[in-house]
Amino acid sequence: MALDFSQIIPALPGLADGMLLTLKLLVMAVGGGVVLGTLLALARLSDNLLLSRLAKWYVNYFRSIPLLLVISWFYLVVPMVLSWITGDLTPVGAFTSCLVAFVMFEAAYFSEIVRAGIQSISRGQINAAYALGMTYSQAMRLVILPQAFRKMMPLLLQQSIILFQDTSLVYAVGLMDFLNTARSKGDVVGLPHEFLLFAGAVYFVISFGASQWVKRLQKRFAV
Amino acid sequence: MNYHWDWGIFFKSTGVGSEIYLNWFVSGLGWTIAVALAGWAIALLLGSVLGVMRTLPGKLLPTIATTYVELFRNVPLLVQLFIWYFLVPDLLPTPLEMWFKQGISPAASAYLSVVVCLGLFTAARVCEQVRTGIQALPRGQNNAALAMGFSTAQTYRFVLLPQAFRIIIPPLTSEFLNIFKNSSVASLIGLMELLAQTKQTAEFSANIFEAFTLATLIYFVLNMSLMGFMAWVEKRVRIPGMMGGSK
Repeated sequence: MALDFSQIIPALPGLADGMLLTLKLLVMAVGGGVVLGTLLALARLSDNLLLSRLAKWYVNYFRSIPLLLVISWFYLVVPMVLSWITGDLTPVGAFTSCLVAFVMFEAAYFSEIVRAGIQSISRGQINAAYALGMTYSQAMRLVILPQAFRKMMPLLLQQSIILFQDTSLVYAVGLMDFLNTARSKGDVVGLPHEFLLFAGAVYFVISFGASQWVKRLQKRFAV
Repeated sequence: MNYHWDWGIFFKSTGVGSEIYLNWFVSGLGWTIAVALAGWAIALLLGSVLGVMRTLPGKLLPTIATTYVELFRNVPLLVQLFIWYFLVPDLLPTPLEMWFKQGISPAASAYLSVVVCLGLFTAARVCEQVRTGIQALPRGQNNAALAMGFSTAQTYRFVLLPQAFRIIIPPLTSEFLNIFKNSSVASLIGLMELLAQTKQTAEFSANIFEAFTLATLIYFVLNMSLMGFMAWVEKRVRIPGMMGGSK
């Protein structure tokens, strides 16, 4: 079997569009996931037993089911639920469904990282903040979280690299991300193998490069 | 708006033969378990070999193992699956390719691809755990074994590995759970495992919530039972006097 990579060059603009969608999904999912994950971690660590239990269940629930199940489910369910809530029957696209699925799923993983980060800050910090007359939200916002995030940055980035690879699962609902674009372009010109290998190589270079960079960062951040 | 709830759906006929929907879920769960266990066998075996290689003296063997790990960890699982299912068969010698494409059923060729894919994918992760386990042992263990005249092979076989495997049971457990969850990608190459059966039920019956709720419940219970099983294994093999085998 001879491989012919020449057809990839004319397909590059289309592939770039696919990569753009992948990156857009990644950035929005990481942003949403970290915010929701932080709220979950705060709930988990709060003195309110009900909140803490709920957060624990949320995390255990999403960590015990496959991401692909969440994506497939939300693809069918999110449009329905949204139309119940808003009463508006215009369908939302696959992108919104996938984004909701990723944010909710990844929040469970991010929250465990954030929780460990918060717990690694010494108790004296929060006591000192209270002694200065700060409220809970001020203490968290101005004292604890900035330190915690600095500590857990490498882990958050590592999780984001995993998420970058996992975005390829949107293939299941036909969203034209980088992998799906490569597959369809490859089929059109009759060179599916070349395009698949090219896609794999691009994912590899980005993930490998990013994780090497995170390793260097980890050394710099080490206290 | 007009969603028709029906929790009895699982006992209704699918309209295909005499099956009820519950039969689909049972057969899907069977495939999920069959994929995960076979993949895990490969992952554990290959991962252990690679993990040992990473800790050996010299340059060549550790480099090979490190390259393997980086390669399999930085390419998305789905890309790897497509490579095993669509590309690799075309590289095989013709008789083998014919056998894969026509000699065996489509389910069997999908099963083979996904088992190999998950096995090799998970082996990279197992390798890292095994390496960590070996490196966590005090250097004295290795030195003492060598001083007693053990060969390198004997040192690993009788001294290092029996201890390392006990230490890494908790992280291995989470990889073991991951392979069950990751086996759901098989649905994308047409293997009718649990997720594929769930989607099919959702499509046939239009009872989306019920179908996915049951699937979630099955994955949840599966996870819990596997965790319980691994905790039992961990307790069984614990070395008296060591710090609980975990930390």
